[in-house]
Amino acid sequence: MSRPAPASHLFRGTALPWLLLLPQLVITALFFFWPAGQAVWQSLLREDAFGLRSEFVGLENFADVLADPTWLAAFGRTLLFSGSVASLALVSALFLAVQADRNIRGASVFKTLLIWPYAVAPAVAAVLWLFMFHPNIGIFGRMLNAAGIAWDYKLNGDQAMLLVIVASAWKQVSYNFIFFLAGLQSIPKSVLEAAAIDGASPRYRFWTVVFPLLSPTAFFLLVVNLVYAFFDTFGVIHALTQGGPGKATETLIYRVYTDGVVNLNLGSSAAQSVILMVLVVGLTFMQFRYVERRVHY
Amino acid sequence: MATLKLTDIKKQFGTTQVLHGVDLNVAEGEMIVIVGASGCGKSTLLRIVAGLEFATSGQVDIGGQDVTGLDPAERDVAMVFQNYALYPHMSVFQNMAYGLKIRRMAPEDIRKRVAQAAALLGIEALLERRPRELSGGQRQRVAMGRAIVREPKLFLFDEPLSNLDAKLRVQMRAEIKRLQRRLGVTSLFVTHDQVEAMTLGDRLVVMHQGHAAQVATPMEIWSRPADTYVASFIGSPAMNFLPGTMEGGAVRLDLGLKLHLPATPALADGHKVTLGIRPEHLCPGAGGITMNLELLEPLGSETVAHGRLPDGTELTARLPGEVTTEGPLSLLLPSEHLHLFDAATGKRIGA
Repeated sequence: MSRPAPASHLFRGTALPWLLLLPQLVITALFFFWPAGQAVWQSLLREDAFGLRSEFVGLENFADVLADPTWLAAFGRTLLFSGSVASLALVSALFLAVQADRNIRGASVFKTLLIWPYAVAPAVAAVLWLFMFHPNIGIFGRMLNAAGIAWDYKLNGDQAMLLVIVASAWKQVSYNFIFFLAGLQSIPKSVLEAAAIDGASPRYRFWTVVFPLLSPTAFFLLVVNLVYAFFDTFGVIHALTQGGPGKATETLIYRVYTDGVVNLNLGSSAAQSVILMVLVVGLTFMQFRYVERRVHY
Repeated sequence: MATLKLTDIKKQFGTTQVLHGVDLNVAEGEMIVIVGASGCGKSTLLRIVAGLEFATSGQVDIGGQDVTGLDPAERDVAMVFQNYALYPHMSVFQNMAYGLKIRRMAPEDIRKRVAQAAALLGIEALLERRPRELSGGQRQRVAMGRAIVREPKLFLFDEPLSNLDAKLRVQMRAEIKRLQRRLGVTSLFVTHDQVEAMTLGDRLVVMHQGHAAQVATPMEIWSRPADTYVASFIGSPAMNFLPGTMEGGAVRLDLGLKLHLPATPALADGHKVTLGIRPEHLCPGAGGITMNLELLEPLGSETVAHGRLPDGTELTARLPGEVTTEGPLSLLLPSEHLHLFDAATGKRIGA
């Protein structure tokens, strides 16, 4: 053999490629396709209260869910919650990244501290915020009450929503921060210097040069943050408010849990999770389409 | 168009002194090339003029106005960067219009100015393209265009040709010179390439370890270098240096040969000196020095001969035509082409 074999002939036959792909395929099948398939199948069934019998009901579960005013209310609440979490987490992370990108003393310590929250489990993060904002034992909760503000997130639904939003956003800031910082550092310094010589003020420079160059990163993060707010905030909500008071902090994912695990309405719960899955698949698809078109360099 | 005056510019990064007090006066419309090896402080000096760095001490005046403490935006200068630094998310038109927009120029005027500059540089067809869709030479032109449309007081060039291939570099060099003549804008051009420096500059600043070793016209620097560094840096191949001692108004080379100089320098006998002669000024002939040939580089119209003197000193000679001899080569040192430097300080002696 004088020349290297072309790529298509690198492996003789198909056995070896399949073997090499097998671990990944097994994991994907076992932990995604199987449960997802189960959910889809479950969403087409209706079970009796004792789980003894189930019957095939077609899309009836979906029709019920989509016609349920409390589900629609939870949907609206989720949009508000996710939108707020994503914007709060993105804006604060961008602000912090811009600060950290400057040549300031102690920048590396600053960066390390900012990355820490990412290593904190959602439930632990929630407990942390609980200890700060509990009306009786939380430092800030007591301070607010002492200052004459009636702070009790266990009674006031708006306050409860605010608290879960802030706690969820706080957890996501680190992740966004790393991406924004990497994005900022990949902008050539000379481009910013050229803008400065062209007469742009730091603020104008940020909005006309830095931000447009960061926009692919920002869009990617927006999608990731929305998905995070949709799914990964269960722990925070569960530990802080359990969806209460009333249903003030019951998002779609929390409702899937309540209906399925607490109320044992498996068909409805499965239908709801299938709807969520479709939403996320849509978001991800949009991201791939959009980001690929908007990459500048 | 404006004058530029630098007064005793010093710059320190931490404990490292990068510039040791540079003075420079640039006349209106003049093209000054700052040349030196990497790390000599030439780019730092340019960035201080641009306002991207601030001098530790000293003063920068542009057009008679003290701008030492001003931000780049307030200095009305334009700069062409080594990597062009085009805005990657903007079209060529937007790149060139950016600075004008900031100055709140009317859209029709912007369009007119950009069109003019584009025509001057031959990039009218590229105005809608993004930088990543351009070749290196085209990006270079756009970067020039972005500087030109602003009609600034000062052009600053930071090694703008070093990312281009050899052929394009020669072409762009000529174009920059033509353009600068035509627009008559005072310019500072930083380069490490001595050919670029010689061909572009009305005057050169040869930088060495944070000092301006010599500020003069290219020909003057070539014919009367201020010290051994400048002498060896400008001119290719580099000047030959031979150690010697003063003896009765003439130079006694360590080799033994005694050479008379056109003008007798006022130096005491026994003063150590360095004698310099450019390779192209050595001519074959008996009665001079003898070089043992080591390498011949035929270049067609001439041949560069590398070799050693009997005492081991390296010597290079540029001889006309083809050289076929092997072994020792006898060379004459014409006295009108000799440069005399102080051996201790390296400074030029006499006229």
